[in-house]
Amino acid sequence: MSTGDLTETGMKDTEVAETGTNDTVTAAAATPDREQPYAALGLTGAEFARIGDILGRRPTDAELAIYSVMWSEHCSYKSSRRHLRQFAEKAPPTRVLLAGIGENAGVVDIGQGYAITFKIESHNHPSYVEPFQGAATGVGGIVRDILAMGARPIAVMDALRFGPADAPDTRRVLPGVVSGISFYGNCLGLPNIGGELAFDPCYAGNPLINALCVGVLRPAGLKHAVATGPGNQVILFGSRTGPDGIGGASVLASASFGGRGEGAKRPSVQVGDPFMEKLLIECCLELFAADLVVGIQDLGAAGVACATTELAAGGKSGMSVRLDSVPLRDASLGPAEILMSESQERMMAIVTPDDVPAFLAICAKWEVPATVIGEVTETGRLEMTWHGEPVVDIPPGSAADDGPVYDRPARRPASQDVLAADDPARLARPADGAGLQSDLLALLAVPEAASKTWVTEQYDRYVRGDTVLAMPHDAGVVRIDEETGLGIALATDGNGRYCLLDPYAGTQLALAEAYRNVAATGARPLAVTNCLNFGSPEDPAVMWQFTEAVRGLADGCQALGVPVTGGNVSFYNQTAAAAIHPTPVIGVLGVHDDVRRAVRSGVGPPGSALLLLGSTRLELGGSLWARTVHGHLGGRPPAVDLAAERSLAEVLVTAAGRGLLAGAHDLSDGGLAVALAEACLASGTGAAVTLPGDPFTYLFSESAGRALVAVTPGAEAALTQLCAAAGVPAVALGTAGGESLDVAGSFSISLGALSSAHLDTLPVLFA
Amino acid sequence: MSTRVGVVTFPGSLDDRDACRAVQLAGGQPVPLWHADADLRGVEAVILPGGFSYGDYLRCGAIARFAPVMTEIIPAARAGLPVLGICNGFQILCEAHLLPGALTRNAGRRFITRDIQIRVENAQTPWTRDYADGQELTVVLKSGEGAYVADEATLAGLAARGQILARYAGGNPNGSAGDVAGVVSEAGNVVGLMPHPEHAVDPLTGPSADGLGFFASVLSAVVTA
Repeated sequence: MSTGDLTETGMKDTEVAETGTNDTVTAAAATPDREQPYAALGLTGAEFARIGDILGRRPTDAELAIYSVMWSEHCSYKSSRRHLRQFAEKAPPTRVLLAGIGENAGVVDIGQGYAITFKIESHNHPSYVEPFQGAATGVGGIVRDILAMGARPIAVMDALRFGPADAPDTRRVLPGVVSGISFYGNCLGLPNIGGELAFDPCYAGNPLINALCVGVLRPAGLKHAVATGPGNQVILFGSRTGPDGIGGASVLASASFGGRGEGAKRPSVQVGDPFMEKLLIECCLELFAADLVVGIQDLGAAGVACATTELAAGGKSGMSVRLDSVPLRDASLGPAEILMSESQERMMAIVTPDDVPAFLAICAKWEVPATVIGEVTETGRLEMTWHGEPVVDIPPGSAADDGPVYDRPARRPASQDVLAADDPARLARPADGAGLQSDLLALLAVPEAASKTWVTEQYDRYVRGDTVLAMPHDAGVVRIDEETGLGIALATDGNGRYCLLDPYAGTQLALAEAYRNVAATGARPLAVTNCLNFGSPEDPAVMWQFTEAVRGLADGCQALGVPVTGGNVSFYNQTAAAAIHPTPVIGVLGVHDDVRRAVRSGVGPPGSALLLLGSTRLELGGSLWARTVHGHLGGRPPAVDLAAERSLAEVLVTAAGRGLLAGAHDLSDGGLAVALAEACLASGTGAAVTLPGDPFTYLFSESAGRALVAVTPGAEAALTQLCAAAGVPAVALGTAGGESLDVAGSFSISLGALSSAHLDTLPVLFA
Repeated sequence: MSTRVGVVTFPGSLDDRDACRAVQLAGGQPVPLWHADADLRGVEAVILPGGFSYGDYLRCGAIARFAPVMTEIIPAARAGLPVLGICNGFQILCEAHLLPGALTRNAGRRFITRDIQIRVENAQTPWTRDYADGQELTVVLKSGEGAYVADEATLAGLAARGQILARYAGGNPNGSAGDVAGVVSEAGNVVGLMPHPEHAVDPLTGPSADGLGFFASVLSAVVTA
């Protein structure tokens, strides 16, 4: 993007567009009435006036650039901040949290001298504009967040949502997104261990591309984004700065598509170079190991503007920066553009003067360009010069921490009552076994529930040699210590249909599902990250959904005893008046004492007894069955019982640790019917089951808090006792074995028929 | 004193850690070799691991062949040093003209990660001597440019001289000519393999332990030699 594009965003008549014209602090004081393009940069008149109050004069163009990006919704969380406080206020007591909300990513102590850091983040709008680069740089950005904590990134996951699978635009967006993730993640050498893939008309034009990264570090190696120690040097390293995505993530992510001014705020999406990122990772880890870093921050949205203000604010210090010393890919860039550039693969470190030579030597070894661009001061001001002239002089906290905070009106829309009254109990149910069979085959083939192999086989899940479980298992499991078998499990879940019906319950259901998925592998759930995808916060109905979701998540985490460690809010996911379903995506991290005992999804070896754990009620609201068979979305989502979820997880984790389980699979979309079919396909073994009640209810209801388990031969009594002691209902379903899924009195479907229904959908649509 | 097996790290190498682990599991001593050092550190065999050396810029492997460490490896390989190139390492060996043919974009145009079967066609090399001719192995294929190409005459010559190391069994996943999954130099010491045996050394983290034989083979070959 050239400065010519900037003029199109409304700067035509102002001096900022003329590169080379230097709007200095002195000039700003002397020309108080000069018109500035604050509105085009996304600031309101009140916000612009507040900048003037803070500075006692009008901002320079460079300062305006800083405030506009730092006070954007994307960076400042101005609409969400007052609600997100609940995560801290309601946090359950925990001794494992080493760093929490407000850091680049949360950090959790998992014992044996290891800590884990993980976070999920959205890259929705860029991935719609340019699917390949948008998704690729989404991976790159979250990986740098993890790296900035002092950790080695060890795995990634992706939660993806698109419009209807057969829509022409989905055929443009999905293959690009998948190949972008594949390209970037595979080139970084990070295994992709799981995630989600969902389709719904509400995501047409607003795909959700949420990327998660997890890293490992020693607790003592934890790094912070702080510029401390006057005289310490500020080093910018990694790729050179170019005109990529100027105002990109910040302005782009805050401006919904369609309607007024369409096209005006669509600057170029950043371009990723995973090779440079791989070098940056190895370079940073060597710098950390040599103890050469006082503070560090990755450059993501808002680039140098964000990194300098956050480092200076975090260190409660001052900082002086020579902007003209930033290495450029395009020599025509001026101060404001350098500050706003979102060129990828860059980091900023604070280094003592004595360590600078060693720091630069390690960068040279990895062929990573590194430049000293400034130093830490005692002034409490962030000061920047451009060829000797001051162009920025602000209190850094005013941009980084003390941005505007809005209490947006939230109102439950009347349409919620209409939705709730539309009870799916009235829907026609299959009359006989043949009908049940055809409904199951339809559910298995619907893109949302179909096998994701076409997507996941484009990702490397083996690299680093520590992946114990990946797709299609319930959670990704990664070994951390080869000697002891210590490891982690991670799962992400979200369900926009449930959340539309009831955002409070729906968010808790997403949390409970991820929690259950982690426990199903035998891991003890420990901590939570989240990516909250919503429409415009300026719509009171959306704001109501958001407040309910946040309240639900905070209450849910409190009840389950797992703290929220951090996350990301993505607003403005809407096209004109139509917002997406509220879609909080929840990631849960668990710990395995020994990954050699991790439980796979499946029915176990032939002869294994199959049990259904948990209670089944007739609950069809928001179900996959109602949507697939009847195109229906209404009523109430399944009831939430977090105490029951805790008990179920306790049973799953204990049973796995004692070696009682040959397989486990959580029940979610599509209920027991889909879970049985998936488990049979995962094991390549059939099953013969007898349902304990109404076949339709048992097959397709989506009651929460349930799991299908295969019992290690001989351990049936021990498992039953364990369930009884924990108060978890357990009912025998039947036995694994044979070449078909037999449901007594209803149907028998061959594994081949299950497999072709499940596997063929995505290749036919996208290959 | 266990056998020292060098594992080269180029900028962008990714499976170097996995190759080191495989050597160790087989009973050898992995020795990291740095691309910028023209020094083989007294190793008795060398592995060029998978990854995207130099970002796959220009062509896969095209830049890595000029790395300082390659100025040592190329003459040593010509003198008989056992060398195994896996995936990107295979591409580098082809670019360095230590192996015939080339690797091109998969037939399906997409990167694929898949557990696959290969059949060992030549169990007489230092990297395959622990296997039997015709033995089928389950290993991991993960590549975007894994389709082996060579002209008909070259392929026929390779087959006639026993230079086809392994072929894909049970379906050709990427359009490789003649189902070729790996080849060996005429002298028999330099091997290129597109699938990853180092990801199949422990059933906990891979589809099998079938790949361990490549690493065990070279240890016994070096001791015997």
